[in-house]
Amino acid sequence: MRVGIIGIGMTAFRPSTPEYNWKELMFEAASRAYADAAINPREDVDSFITCAEDYYEGFGIFDEFVPDQLGAALRPTCTVSGDGLQGLANAYMQIQTGLIDVAVVEAHSKASDVVTLDGIIEHALDPIWNKPLGAHPFVVAGLEADAYLRGTRTSPKALAAVVAKNRRNGLRNPLAAYGAAVDADQAMQSEERFAPIRALDISNPADGCVVLVLASDRAAKKLHADPVWIRGIGWASDSPSLETRDWTAATYARIAADMAYRLAKVRRPATDIDFAEVDDRFSYKELQHLESLGLAKKGEAGTRVLRGDYDADGRFPVNVSGGSLGCGNVFEATGLHRAGEVALQLRGDAGVRQLDGVRVGVAQSWRFVPSATGAVAVLGAGP
Amino acid sequence: MTKVGVVGAGMTLFRRRLQETGKEMCFEATKMALDSAGLTRADVDMVVCGTAPDAFDGVAMKGEYLLDGSGGFRKPYTRVFTGGGTGVFSTIAGWWHVASGLADVVLVVNEEKMSSCQPHPQSVFANIWDPILDRPLKPNLVWIFAMEMNRYMTVYGVKKEDIARVAVKNKRNAVGHPCAQLADPNITVDDVLNSEVMAWPVQRLDISPPSDGASAVILASEDFIRKRPIKDRAWISGVGWCIDSTMWTDRDLVFPEYVARAAKHAYKMAKIDEPRRQIDFAEPYDPFDYKELHHLEGLLLADKGEAPVLTREGVTERDGKLPVCPSGGLLGVGNPIAATMGMKIGELFWQLTGQAGKRQIPHEVHTGVSQAWGDLMQYGSVVVMKG
Repeated sequence: MRVGIIGIGMTAFRPSTPEYNWKELMFEAASRAYADAAINPREDVDSFITCAEDYYEGFGIFDEFVPDQLGAALRPTCTVSGDGLQGLANAYMQIQTGLIDVAVVEAHSKASDVVTLDGIIEHALDPIWNKPLGAHPFVVAGLEADAYLRGTRTSPKALAAVVAKNRRNGLRNPLAAYGAAVDADQAMQSEERFAPIRALDISNPADGCVVLVLASDRAAKKLHADPVWIRGIGWASDSPSLETRDWTAATYARIAADMAYRLAKVRRPATDIDFAEVDDRFSYKELQHLESLGLAKKGEAGTRVLRGDYDADGRFPVNVSGGSLGCGNVFEATGLHRAGEVALQLRGDAGVRQLDGVRVGVAQSWRFVPSATGAVAVLGAGP
Repeated sequence: MTKVGVVGAGMTLFRRRLQETGKEMCFEATKMALDSAGLTRADVDMVVCGTAPDAFDGVAMKGEYLLDGSGGFRKPYTRVFTGGGTGVFSTIAGWWHVASGLADVVLVVNEEKMSSCQPHPQSVFANIWDPILDRPLKPNLVWIFAMEMNRYMTVYGVKKEDIARVAVKNKRNAVGHPCAQLADPNITVDDVLNSEVMAWPVQRLDISPPSDGASAVILASEDFIRKRPIKDRAWISGVGWCIDSTMWTDRDLVFPEYVARAAKHAYKMAKIDEPRRQIDFAEPYDPFDYKELHHLEGLLLADKGEAPVLTREGVTERDGKLPVCPSGGLLGVGNPIAATMGMKIGELFWQLTGQAGKRQIPHEVHTGVSQAWGDLMQYGSVVVMKG
C-alpha cells in the first residue's frame, strides 16, 4: 500500500510569539493543513499523532493538552516523544496496517516560553556520568564538530559557507525567522563558542508548528487528493552515551537512510535523489548528515558546499528552505518542517524558491543535543 | 494486515529501587523477555519504549536515556507516551510496527522510576495541569480522583465497602506474584475502610503505591512465529486507543466514554460483538479501586453502575465467571506508571499460555482484554488477546 502526504499546514517561524499560546499555534497549523487537504478532522481523520517532549513543553504529561485544538477529542490520538519525522514514521506504519486510512501528524516548538532552555538540554545529559561535569551541553556538539572536521579533513571555511547559504536561502522563505544576507567571512569572524563552532554556526530557537495529513492511496483517491508519496522512511539511534558513540559519522542517519532507501528502492542516492532538506542545527551537521546519507562521499561535502553545489541553483540543492540556520531551531518540529518543505517542492508550491523539475527529495532529522537519534524520509512526486 | 503475537514477557521486582538506574531496570526486564522467548537482541528489528513523565527520572528526553538498556542501540527506536495509558499503549505502537510489515520482531520496553523524585512523585503531578485554569487551585491527583470517585458513588448509590472489595481482591490476588510490592493475604474490607483518609472518599488503601520497575514484551509476526521454534504465543486480535478533551471540568466523570470508544474499536477489530460473553478475563487499569469498576463499565463488561454488584457477588474473583485483575493489578503489585504493562499485557500473555503459576485462573480461558488509563482522566488504551 502507498502512503502519501495530502495536506500541509505550517505557521510562520518566529523568534517569539507572545500573541499565541502553544494551542493556538497548533490550531493555526492544523486549520491550514485541513484546508489544504480539504478534510474535516472530526469525520475524515482516523488517527492523530503529536510529537512532543515534556520538558520542552513545561508539562508533566503534555499528551493531555493535544486533542481539542487538533479536532481530536474522543478520537485515537497519541504522543510520540520524538522528532516529527519519527511521528511521520508511526503514522506511515499505522496506515500500512490497513486499520487507519487518514492520519494527522503534528509537531511544534514554543521555545520562547522556555526560560531555561540551556538547562533543559543539559538535563538530557546522563545524570551520573556527564551532567556532573558541569559543561554547557553544546560542548557535545563542539567536540563532534571537531571530530568531524579532523576525521574528514574538512576546512572550517565549509562551515561558514553552510551558514551563508542557509541564512540567504531563508530570505526567500516567507516562513523563515532568521533569513539574512550573511556572508562567509562574517560567519568565520563571529565569536568562537564551542570550538570549532562559532556563534553563527548555531541555529537560534524559534516558535512554530507544522501539521501534515497522510492518507493511504485508496483514501487519497476518495478525497480527490494529489499526494506526495512517502516512498521510504527510516529511523534509528546510535548509542545515547557519549563515551560509546560514533563521533565522526552520523551513524544514526546512515542506518535510518539505509532503511528508507531500501523501502524506496533507491540504490544510488547521489543520483536518484534530486534535492535534500537535512538537519543543520549546527552548520557542521549539514555536511556530516549529507555524507552519512550517502549524498556525498566522506570528506566531500565540505568541498562541494564551497563549490556552490548545494546552493538553490547548484547541482544538488540542500536546505533551500533556509534550514534551521535560516528558519530557526523548532526542536521536535524540525524534521516535520523539512518533510513539509520537500513535499511543497515536489508539488510545485514552493513559491519563489521553487526548484525546477524535482521528482524525488529526501528529508532528514536529528533529535538535537545530546541525542544520537534521527530519521530519514524519501518523498516522491505523484502519480 | 500481518497477524501479531506476543511471544515473551519479562518484569522486574516493583520496589523503591534507588540503587539502580532506569537503564539497568530496562536491561533486566528486556533480558527476561528475550530469554523467555528464546530470542536474542540480534532477532529484534525495532524497539518501542514506553515511559511516563520525564520528571520522575529527572532526565529530559528520557526515551533517549533508556535506549541502550532497552536494546535500542543502532536500531529503529521510538518512545511513545500517553500518560498512564502508556502501560497498554506502547504495545499498540509495537503492534503497528509489526502489523505494517516493517518489522518481524519488536521489543516493547516500559520503565518508570518514581523514587528519584523527592520528596514524593506527587510533586511531578503538580505540573500536569492547565497553567491558567487549574494550577492556581493547587490541585493534586488524589483530590481530582476523589471527585470522580464521589461522582460515581453518588450517581449509582455505590457503597464504599463495595469499592473496598476491589482493593481486597487485588491485594490478595497479588500473593504469589514475584514482583508484587503490596500483596497481602490477610487484608479485609475493614482494613481499607479504617485506613487514613487522603481526600474523601479516597483512603490510603484505595490507592496503588508509587514504585520503580520495568517490564518488557516481545511481539512477532505470524511468519516469524511459524518459522521459529516458539512455544508460547498469544495473538493480539484487537487494539483501540482514544483521548477525550483536555477540559476535564466539562466532562461527566461518571462514565469513561474514552475507554468505551477504545474498547469498541478493539472489539470490532477482534470481531467481538458480545464482550460479556466472548471475553473470559480482564486486566483493567486499577490505580484506585473504584477505577477497576469504572473501567469494567467502560470496557462494556458490566452495565453502568453494575460493576460493584459483580464484585460483591464474587464474579470478578480469580475463580469467578469473569476474573478481573488476576495479576493483583496495580493495587497489589504496584504502580510504576508505564511499567504496569507487566500486569496488563504480560499477565494476559502468561494467563493465555498457562504460565501464570499461582495466579493461573483455574478454569480455561481463551480471550482476555487489558486496558490502561491516563492523562487527565481522559485516555483509554485497550488490547484484546487470544490464546
